[in-house]
Amino acid sequence: MGGIFVFAKVENGVPSRSTLELLGGAQKIAAGLEEPVTAGLLGQGDAALLYAYGVETVYRVDHPLLKEYQADLHLLALERIGRTAEPRVILLPGDSLGRDLAGRLAFRLQTGIVTEVIDIDVHPSEKSLRFTRQAYGGKAIAAIVPKAFPVVATLKPRTFDPAARAGDRTGTEIPVEAPLDGAQAGTRLVERVQEETTGVKLEDAQVVISGGRGLGGPEGFDLLVELARVLKGAVGSSRAATDAGWVPSSMQVGQTGKTVSPDLYIAVGISGATQHVAGISGAKTIVAINTDPEASIFKVAHLGIVGDYKAILPPLIARCRELVGG
Amino acid sequence: MRIVVCLKQIIDPELPSSQFKIDPGSKRQQPNGHPLVISPYDENALELALQLRDQTAGHVTVLSVGQSSAVSALRKGVAMGADEAALISDPALEGSDAFGIAAALAQGIQKLGPPDLVLCGCESGDWADRIIGPILAEALGIPCVTYVARAEKHNGHVRAQRVVEEGYEIWEVTPPLLLTILSHESNVPRYPKVKDIMTASRRPISTWSLSDIGLDTGHVGNAVTRVEIQELTLPTRESRCEFLEGEPGGQVASLITKLREKKVI
Ligand SMILES: Cc1cc2nc3c(=O)[nH]c(=O)nc-3n(C[C@H](O)[C@H](O)[C@H](O)COP(=O)(O)OP(=O)(O)OC[C@H]3O[C@@H](n4cnc5c(N)ncnc54)[C@H](O)[C@@H]3O)c2cc1C
Ligand SMILES: Nc1ncnc2c1ncn2[C@@H]1O[C@H](COP(=O)(O)O)[C@@H](O)[C@H]1O
Repeated sequence: MGGIFVFAKVENGVPSRSTLELLGGAQKIAAGLEEPVTAGLLGQGDAALLYAYGVETVYRVDHPLLKEYQADLHLLALERIGRTAEPRVILLPGDSLGRDLAGRLAFRLQTGIVTEVIDIDVHPSEKSLRFTRQAYGGKAIAAIVPKAFPVVATLKPRTFDPAARAGDRTGTEIPVEAPLDGAQAGTRLVERVQEETTGVKLEDAQVVISGGRGLGGPEGFDLLVELARVLKGAVGSSRAATDAGWVPSSMQVGQTGKTVSPDLYIAVGISGATQHVAGISGAKTIVAINTDPEASIFKVAHLGIVGDYKAILPPLIARCRELVGG
Repeated sequence: MRIVVCLKQIIDPELPSSQFKIDPGSKRQQPNGHPLVISPYDENALELALQLRDQTAGHVTVLSVGQSSAVSALRKGVAMGADEAALISDPALEGSDAFGIAAALAQGIQKLGPPDLVLCGCESGDWADRIIGPILAEALGIPCVTYVARAEKHNGHVRAQRVVEEGYEIWEVTPPLLLTILSHESNVPRYPKVKDIMTASRRPISTWSLSDIGLDTGHVGNAVTRVEIQELTLPTRESRCEFLEGEPGGQVASLITKLREKKVI
């Protein structure tokens, strides 16, 4: 009983980025809690890849029905692992997977849950845990303490530093039996569709150019796509722009949308509501282009241009093209 | 199709930060007479429910757990077109966590009679725990699809478009089921007509206590929360924006210089 349990994913021979972030969070508290880091793997991923990051025990459910994601079957496997491992903390990614499974897992394990965690601390003498998260759309910060264990926590993506390799280590693998049956799946996948505008993944991009309601229509995004191509970046949007149907939901940046952490974030025609800013706190340099000098986005931006994007973007694209072209 | 939409009443989440104050006692936002609204994604969920009902026959109920003020949120739901509304309100619910709220919603839904479809917002506009929908699905023992941008009936099933990082997925589910709803161009909430607002204002709204829905007070309230809010504080923000002045050409030239100094391009 005990330990910090991470729900791990190994893809194409490496732990996924979200897994490394969970391991980063786990490493942060492992020493303070004086408890080991353990992990759960579904399917056949190589456990040794996790030992190298300090994971001591890997619990595995290997079953053909876990090859494709299906919430009910994944949850059954995870619940089995949870009951076997009996950890103190269960860490899940705060992405679409965590949003699907974390609450249901906590319900089944009859335990507490904290979502979208941005920091975790351990009290040095009491060894108690304290989670930090945003509340009220980023207008407040809450410190939350668990009262039931194992506590389930989802970590906000792109917030915890990915774990560092701990060197050549070995660990123990424990197979967990989960009698799965297709009839337990209450939902059936019909289709999976990928949407990308520039070829660079929004979450991974070093340059992100986002547009909002101020673009006035979907055509405005053509300029953003052009600038993103030149700077080898990706295009994002505010909720207002996705709600209007100008761009797909998968491009939304912010509390409900994605968290990005590029070197350069350019917000074009975005007012800077806290719920939008919640998705860009990891951006190193923020540039805002907005006609309204009072817009909140200028409170978080490093560089600001008060102006109409239609007048700013064409010369900006041209200058960037010159630079890139040599 | 019998549809229940779970509506939460909250303080307007689009209020600027400058007007945001914390009540140190309750560790919640101070209401300060700010406007109360239906949590935004719940309105998208209601809009979807009304569209699904109007395609064929059906019945839409709006259900809320909250204080007596939440009646106005439910009235707005009725004015938008919901057929029925109910509020679960009881002093014992004060300080409940997601499990307490979901337990009350589940009992309320049982009392209303078995639904085909339960809709929640994908996340509430104040705490955005994102878990009440999935927990409610567990409590009702029905399947759940989260962050759904659109849904339609399809040969006796429901097809739901779930937004994920790379794009979207289409899931097919046989009712009963629960969906948590994301805003989308297809579910922009309708404005209620003045006439419908007037009619709704005269409609009695059922208010149920915990004993009315048959829920033991031991399942709800502050005493049984599984996590505790220890502290609520304001984030520190320092303003540091350097404005680039001049004509567009000059602004762009300064921007390029600054970005090159910072080595980001
Ligand atoms: C629970 C919840 C979750 C949310 N999640 C998100 C989220 O994930 N992401 C998100 O973005 N929002 C989110 N929001 C919404 C958020 O509160 C704002 O409503 C939204 O971000 C506003 O989008 P916007 O800035 O594009 O539009 P607006 O606020 O309308 O701003 C448009 C801006 O464009 C400027 N402008 C106009 N014309 C021009 C021009 N020609 N050139 C340059 N500038 C111009 C205007 O001055 C204005 O500042 C959420 C809200 C809630 C309640
Ligand atoms: N008090 C409540 N009454 C009715 N529905 C609620 C309540 N709290 C949360 N919900 C529903 O659960 C969704 C998600 O809430 P949350 O888990 O807080 O993000 C909301 O969008 C509502 O649909």
